[in-house]
Amino acid sequence: MMKFSGIGASSGIAIGTLHFYKSETQAVIRSRIEEEDVQTELARVETARAAAIDELSGLYETALKQVGEQGAMLFEIHQMMLEDEDYCESIESIITNQRVNAEYAVAVTGDNFSGMFAGMEDSYMQARASDVKDISERLIKILSGRDTSARQFDEPVILAAIDLAPSETVQLDKEKILAFVTVEGSNNSHTAILARTMGIPAIIKLGNELSQELDGKLAGVDGTTGELVVDPDSETLQKFQAKQEENIRKKQLLEQLKGMPAETSYGQRVLTYANIGSTADLGAVLLNDAEGIGLFRTEFLYLESDHYPTESEQFNVYRKVVESMTGKRVIFRTLDIGADKQAAYFQLLPEENPAMGLRAIRICLTREHVFKEQLRALLRASYYGKLAIMFPMITSLWEIREIKRILTETKQELREAEVPFSQDIEIGVMIETPAAVMVSNQLAKEVDFFSVGTNDLTQYLLAVDRQNQNLARFYDPYHPALLEMIRIASNNAHKHGKWIGICGELAADLAMTEIFLAFGIDELSVAPAAILPLREKIRSLQTDSRDAILQEQEAYMHE
Amino acid sequence: MEQFTYVIKDKDGIHARPAGLLVKQAKQYENSKITLTKDGDSADLKKLFALMKLGIKQGEEVTVTIEGGDERQAAAVMLDFLQNNL
Repeated sequence: MMKFSGIGASSGIAIGTLHFYKSETQAVIRSRIEEEDVQTELARVETARAAAIDELSGLYETALKQVGEQGAMLFEIHQMMLEDEDYCESIESIITNQRVNAEYAVAVTGDNFSGMFAGMEDSYMQARASDVKDISERLIKILSGRDTSARQFDEPVILAAIDLAPSETVQLDKEKILAFVTVEGSNNSHTAILARTMGIPAIIKLGNELSQELDGKLAGVDGTTGELVVDPDSETLQKFQAKQEENIRKKQLLEQLKGMPAETSYGQRVLTYANIGSTADLGAVLLNDAEGIGLFRTEFLYLESDHYPTESEQFNVYRKVVESMTGKRVIFRTLDIGADKQAAYFQLLPEENPAMGLRAIRICLTREHVFKEQLRALLRASYYGKLAIMFPMITSLWEIREIKRILTETKQELREAEVPFSQDIEIGVMIETPAAVMVSNQLAKEVDFFSVGTNDLTQYLLAVDRQNQNLARFYDPYHPALLEMIRIASNNAHKHGKWIGICGELAADLAMTEIFLAFGIDELSVAPAAILPLREKIRSLQTDSRDAILQEQEAYMHE
Repeated sequence: MEQFTYVIKDKDGIHARPAGLLVKQAKQYENSKITLTKDGDSADLKKLFALMKLGIKQGEEVTVTIEGGDERQAAAVMLDFLQNNL
């Protein structure tokens, strides 16, 4: 058994035979030509170029049907590249001046132009080097009379390669490909993007140990974790099979539920959002058809850094998130550092009782410049999508007023600097302290929404440390006091026409769904993998038991 | 000679596809030489790779210069294209 670890570029599980895709990049031979043959070579290039453009427009049509305009666009770009004057002139001048064959002239030109892109600073432009290589390869293949259509396989295989050109990827018979695994590659490469669009598992950057000798061996691919196992033992194989079955089940669920609203048969609609902690989770968010992001934990930016992340470092991440969500709501929670989440450069003093110490919004209101830096990055990102901001660990009304004052100042500064940002950013507070619940009537007047953090709320309400294993008996997430807290917060939000969500772990607890619906919760935010089971649960609710649940709660509290 | 400046609004800058379309537009004006300049670096707007090589990003200002028989019409069309696409 051999294990390889790469980067999961397209999620999913595959089990099958490894098949090495031998790159058709064959050495191009340089041969001298006679002067009278120069015209013939130039004509050959012209014919080949026309044929290549023809092929590409065919590929464009194929890709358009298979992967849509976004994926097909590449082949349009390749056509335009083949029409570039400098590129064509370079080929012609090499043939004419050096008196060499057309293939060689194309190869040299391709190397020069791709080298130019590879040397650019911008990573997008760097990745264009592979486009130039791809068009040059195509010309050479046509010139040397090689078959440009992809090879076919008799049986479905896990396709292994050093790297795959996008044109190769799109031409392969999808029915016969279980997964792609490559030695090199990048997550932004067209191949990775195409694999995701086609729903084929893919792992990239597996390294040189993934070699031809493994051809024909049985392998398991996990495109989510980036794990490849060749010659798995029976235990590992079983694990892969179990995961694959789980995936198939999920996929079926997805097919059934994709695009369907989370709505009960008696017409109560709930938004099903995702909780995520970094941009790495975005794939899972889209895959599981989240209607939005209910909690984006911004801490990872601070925890993975050795300095306060700069405005632009943060902006790049926030912008990427809102753009990936294409207009769906994304709720960013401002930094929630302190207690069990520490970063050295914050230089927080040791505390006797960190859970109740200088953490989250308390740090922001104590170190205003750190807070403003994050707000500026968030405001700038708001220009690119539907962004909402929520603030953690609120206990008092003055806190949200001070936050709003700082937010207004930050907006004014951006306006003066003529930096664009959205004019309708929603703001909300986390309801995770009993005090916030008790003053939620006042808080609701100040914000657009609430989001209940059930983990901290339970811990503060029951005075139970949730990390302490010995207290498991006393940590009761179904405690009637907790339910009452959620009910009060929900009533107060709705009284002022605001909405309320739950983003704590309890949101994913299907035993609680009906109760939350009875309390009128508008949005439930859960881990990406929990979205579809939750949506399924909501859609399965047949009888309206809201009144009965509310009466029971009322009776427990007041009778 | 016609000349105008334009600040790129598109978040991706002049990436491959709009660059290709821009070149296509420029090529229609056979009688004019169309040049795009950014910070002293110039590219012939009829050449895709040369244009991409400038690596123009959002917020950067470019100057387009058109010289030739159909310069007036070309200038109007090029500006219109930039405003609508970039």
